[in-house]
Formats: sequence, structure tokens, C-alpha cells
Amino acid sequence: MQFGLTESQEFLRNSARQFFAGECPSAEMRRLLGTDTAYDASLWSKLADQGYTGIIYPEAYGGVGLGKVELMLLMEEAGRALLPGPFFSTVVLAGSVLDAVGTPAHKKQYLEPICKGEVRSTVAILEAGASWNLRDMQLSAVNGKLNGEKFFVSDAAVADFLIVVAPNGVFLVNAQARGLTISPMSGMDLTRKLYAVEFNNTPAEELGSNLNLPRAFDIATAALAAELVGGMQRTLDVTVEYAKTRKQFGKPIGMFQAVQHQCADMYLETESSRSAVYYAGWALEENAPDAATAISIAKMYCSDAARSVGNHGIQIHGGMGFTWENDLHLYYRRAKASETAFGDATFHRERIASMVIDSGSVSAKGA
Amino acid sequence: MDLNLAAEESAFRDEFRAWLAANAPKDWNEWCEKPLEESFPYLRAWQRKLHESRWAAVSWPKEYGGRSATLMEQALFWEEMARVDAPPMVNALGLGLIGPTIIACGTEAQKKRYIPKILSAEEIWCQGFSEPNAGSDLAGLQTEARLDGDHYIVNGQKVWTSYGSFGNWCELVVRTDASVAKHKGLTVLLVDMKSSGVEVRPLRQMTGESEFSELFFRDVRVPLENTLGKVNDGWNVAMSTLMYERGSYGARLHIIFKRFITRLIELSRTVQRNGRPAAEDPLIRQKLAQCSAEIEIMRFNQMRAFSRITATGVPGPEGSIQKIFWSELNQRLQQIAQELLGSYGQLLAGDPHAIDNGIWSYAYLRTRGNTIEAGTSEVQRNIIGHFVLGLPRSY
Repeated sequence: MQFGLTESQEFLRNSARQFFAGECPSAEMRRLLGTDTAYDASLWSKLADQGYTGIIYPEAYGGVGLGKVELMLLMEEAGRALLPGPFFSTVVLAGSVLDAVGTPAHKKQYLEPICKGEVRSTVAILEAGASWNLRDMQLSAVNGKLNGEKFFVSDAAVADFLIVVAPNGVFLVNAQARGLTISPMSGMDLTRKLYAVEFNNTPAEELGSNLNLPRAFDIATAALAAELVGGMQRTLDVTVEYAKTRKQFGKPIGMFQAVQHQCADMYLETESSRSAVYYAGWALEENAPDAATAISIAKMYCSDAARSVGNHGIQIHGGMGFTWENDLHLYYRRAKASETAFGDATFHRERIASMVIDSGSVSAKGA
Repeated sequence: MDLNLAAEESAFRDEFRAWLAANAPKDWNEWCEKPLEESFPYLRAWQRKLHESRWAAVSWPKEYGGRSATLMEQALFWEEMARVDAPPMVNALGLGLIGPTIIACGTEAQKKRYIPKILSAEEIWCQGFSEPNAGSDLAGLQTEARLDGDHYIVNGQKVWTSYGSFGNWCELVVRTDASVAKHKGLTVLLVDMKSSGVEVRPLRQMTGESEFSELFFRDVRVPLENTLGKVNDGWNVAMSTLMYERGSYGARLHIIFKRFITRLIELSRTVQRNGRPAAEDPLIRQKLAQCSAEIEIMRFNQMRAFSRITATGVPGPEGSIQKIFWSELNQRLQQIAQELLGSYGQLLAGDPHAIDNGIWSYAYLRTRGNTIEAGTSEVQRNIIGHFVLGLPRSY
């Protein structure tokens, strides 16, 4: 048993870290979040050059064919840099939905351009009730037409096509389709823009049934948790650095146990989140029997931990932590948005409960 | 990353699993609640049986009676022990802490003299580290050893000594030089507990039991050849012992915790709350799920830590979070048990109405000690703050 990264996984993580540090430093991240869409075409083509836009998809569709653990590592590094724009929406979310529900022809037509970095996309899931439970979706396609509204759709304004989750299947809508109205929703996370999407007799192509949708959602949920780990690590790093240099009463504040022990708790939560996310990635890759539980465990823990780490980080920074100029609030905003996306901790605890109380028991590999 | 067991690891586990199936006592549940005075011969016989098949100290080198097991194999060993609820080994400190220290720091004569009897449980060992005024600040200990010809004369007091009443030998940390910095004047002595001037007083803890003792040393004569390691190098010798304390033993915890949570889930189906089974109460469901999840995360953390040590030879930064994680989780787990059981949670062993013969009231009280023993949570956070995160020392 080896619960550590292989050499090639270490290499991927290190090169991703270098890439984001070089191409998306804080100043660039801040420039992008000030734009309407947080999307930048030249950054996108660099992401594609790295192979990141096709990371987990088959080579037959222009992908790189890496595993889910590698996806976790890439998302962790993207989260550390607070990468703005439609990477999660396009590559992780739309990509894995296409991969899970589409026919080979669909994949050739839609997944391949995603892998090659030629298009942007997203998936419309939530409706007015804002429930992450698939059972609660109502907007259905009738005779190939969609009518109704979806909310909280990330990066819809830069999508070349949108994927729509409906009770009677998964559908694809071209951005130029008639009767499609996309209007911004002002969300807390400035790096990932949200939209309301209205369909008015909008023609939609059926991709397939939503039977395999949970698989795609599991990948997206785990990837989002991985992104949170990167944000936690960044928050921890800058906070420890601050605690070493900021002096009060003639001493670095990190010398005071009231501060130091908060840093220790941040570390404990960050590392435990990472363990949960790596395990989830591995369970997904291996199709382990406990994969669904592992993903809920990761999302549950990371959702709570990211908020807690953010709280400590800002608290330790004192007044500086409360300023706009400090990056911490940008991570704190992302953490809150990601906390609720794909189900918050309470949602996933109930999912775990249904698995461990109502049927069988939670059991990790090798246990 | 590959979380499947390697072929050698499965072979190791299967061999021990088969051995346990054939040899583990079936009547431990009749003995486990008796006081140690009564169960002692039973436990000694059990350890001897493990030793006869070379299962008593799998981590030890082969030439000293072990199996040179890898850390992962050691973890599997403890998991299997926990899985069948095997009795503990009565010379736990000798096997887990003191034996490895003697192997690492002892002379050939010392190894020959002590090691075989540690394995066979013929001689039980205890540890004289903490003192009334030296707990977290261990280096501040005051028990002194004065040179007198070819002997040391030891005076002082130790506390929190596990197996004190049963100990034949004690690994004792003493101050041999009071004129230098506190870490530099310490020495480790191996003390025969039958020596004149040694007094053992059992210490009654809040659970009502006596797992620990106080030790008093009054002009106790210890031969010079019983020095372990170099004179005034006792801090390093003692620290190497404590390093073993944070080893593979923790691998059994997730089995034990999972047994607790599985039982609680079972109980939640019969315990009524607001006119329906507690298993249907949203709040109880949330809490049981949180706990189940954290038990898994504890195991993921452990697997990562073991892999890191295996790959690099040194405990990685994840190692330092284990103690805080399991001890605080165990307290939360027992609090949930209390919430679930309501008034029944408080009933003690022997009460005819007690659920599971009172293990829940006992566990609730016993886990209170978890965040104190083997390094308080405060000290663990200091370790993370200073040694892992590189913050300035706070003390």
C-alpha cells in the first residue's frame, strides 16, 4: 500500500504549481475578477497547451487520459492560485457530463473541442428551489424544446454551448440558440461568475439519459473539494508567514499560543482535507465500492474545513485580514461559494447517513 | 498512489489472521472487565503464546525475536488484533517502547539480559518519566541520581506510571547533573523494582480504576551498569522511546472506533426519540454521519503518514496531527453516545438497566483522559506550530 504520490504525480503537481504561479499570479487573478466574465482567451490557450483542458479524457477525443488522482492534484493547484474563469465549468463539469452521458458521436463533437481548448461550456443544474437533489429538477424538454429558468449557472456568458440537466434527460443548447437569455447573478465569489439562464422555446439536443449523471457529479464534487484544499493551503501559508513577521508587544504574534494553536488547527484541517480528497480521487479512479461515500466524506469535511481555515486566517491577520487589498477574502468568498455548490456539509452528511445508517456501513478499502 | 495491499502485505496479514483464528482466546470477554490483578496470569500466558510463534514484537529485528516487519505490516498486525478483539499484551510498554530503546541504545550485555524476558512477559516493564512537577515539561524533572562508587543513589517521585504495581523493571529518567541546561543533565537508568527504597502507590483515576501508579524512590541503589545509553544523554534516549509511542499502534484505532459507531448506529434503530427511532432523527443522523466520516479521515491520515515514513524514513508532518485527531474524535464519539442514550448513558457497569453493561458511561469518562495522556493537545499544537509550521517557540 502506498498512499503517496508517484513520481509522475509529483511532477504534474509541481509543474502545475509553477504554471499557475507564472501565468496566474495574484495581480493577474485580481485583474480578471474585475472583468465581466473573469475569462481570458490567452490564459485559456496556455491551459490547453499544458494539456489541462483534456486532463482526464480519452486520447481518442484529444485528451491526456490521466486519472482522477491527477485531476485532484491539478485542481488543488488551481485552487491555490484561485484560478478565475470557466476551467471548472468547462473542463471538470461539462467535460465529465459529456464523458458520462454522451454517445461517441457527441464526444467527438463536443468533448474533443473542450479537450483541445477550443470551446468553453458549463452545466445548468439548479432551479428556483436551489436544490442539489436531482429529484427536485422540474425543467423538462418537451419535443426538443426547453422552457423555464435555471439559476446559479457558472460561467454561462462565455459558454459556446450549455448542458442542461432535466428530469427526462441531459440536453445540450447552443449559445446562439433562439430563446436563450443569459443574465448575470452577482455572487460572492468574484472569480467564478454566476448567471440566470432563461429558456423560451429553446431548441435542445438530447445527449442521453441522466442515469450516469451521478458519476459526473461525483467527479465534479471531488474536484471542487480538491480546489478547496488548494485554497486552504494558500490561506495557511500566507497566515503562517504573517504570524512570523507581524510583531506586537515586541514579538512575532506567531509566538503567542492563542495564535499558534489556531495555525495548528488550520494545518490539521488542511491536511485532513487533503487526505480525504486524495482518497476520494483514488476511489473514483478504481471504482471502489465506497467511492460515493468517499466523495461525500471529502466534500463534507472540506466544506466545513475551508470556512474554518478562512476564519482563522482572517482572524490572525487582524485588521489587515479585513481589508480589500488582502487576498484572503477572495479565497474566503470562493470557499463559501464552493461550500454550497454540489451540496454543503449538511447535505453530504445526510447522504453519508443514508449509506451508513439506512444501508450497510461505510468502509474504506483495506479496512 | 496505490491503496491496495502489496502481495507481501496481504501474505503477512493472512498469515497472522489465520494464526489468530486458531490461537486467539475465545473467552476474553469474560476476563476483560476484571481488575488487572485477576487477569494478569491470563494476559501473561497470552503474550507468551504470541511470542512462541514470533508474533509478540513484529517490528523488532529478526535477530531479537521479531519479524523486521515494515510499518505497513505493523499497522496490519494491530488491525488484525483489534478486529478479533484480541486481549492486549501485558508487557505492552516493554514491547512497544522500552525493548526498542534497549535494542537501539543498550549494550550487548543489556540486550542479552533484558530482551528475552520482555518478549516472554517474564519481566514486566514500566516507565518512570513524568513527575508531579514535570509533565509536559518533561526535561524539568527533579528525581536525582547521585554517584556513590559503582552505584547511583536515586531519590525522587514519579507519577502516571502504567503497570506500576506489576512492574519488575522500570525505565527511569533521572537528573545526574543539575549544573547544566535541563535537557543536558539527564540519564536513563534501568531499575529493579524490588530494590530497597522503591514504593509503588496505585493512583485512582476518575473512572475509579487504577491504570497508573505513583512511584517513590528513597535512597535506591542502582548499579552503574544499569545505565541505558550514555550518562547525561538521557534526553535523547527518552525521546527515542517516545518516538515509538507514536508508531503503528494507532492503526488499531479505526477498527475500535468503527466498532463503537456501528454499535451506536444499531442502538439508534431501537432508541426512541420524539416518537420514532433515533435513526430517523435528522440531528442524530447528522452527528452519526459526521463521526463515521471522521473515523474514515483518521484512517486516511494514518495511511498517508505511514506511507510517508516508509518512503522517507522519518515521520512526515501528517504524523503530528494524529494524536489531536483521534483523541478529540474519541471524545466527540462518546458525547454522541451519551446524547443518543440519554438517561441510560450514565449507568455504570453492573447496573441491571445499563446498556452494554455500562461501557458507554465508562468510555465517556475514560476518553476525557485521551487529550491529556501521551502528550496533551496543547503540547501537540505547540509541536505543530513550532516544528511543522516553523513558528517561533512559544514557551
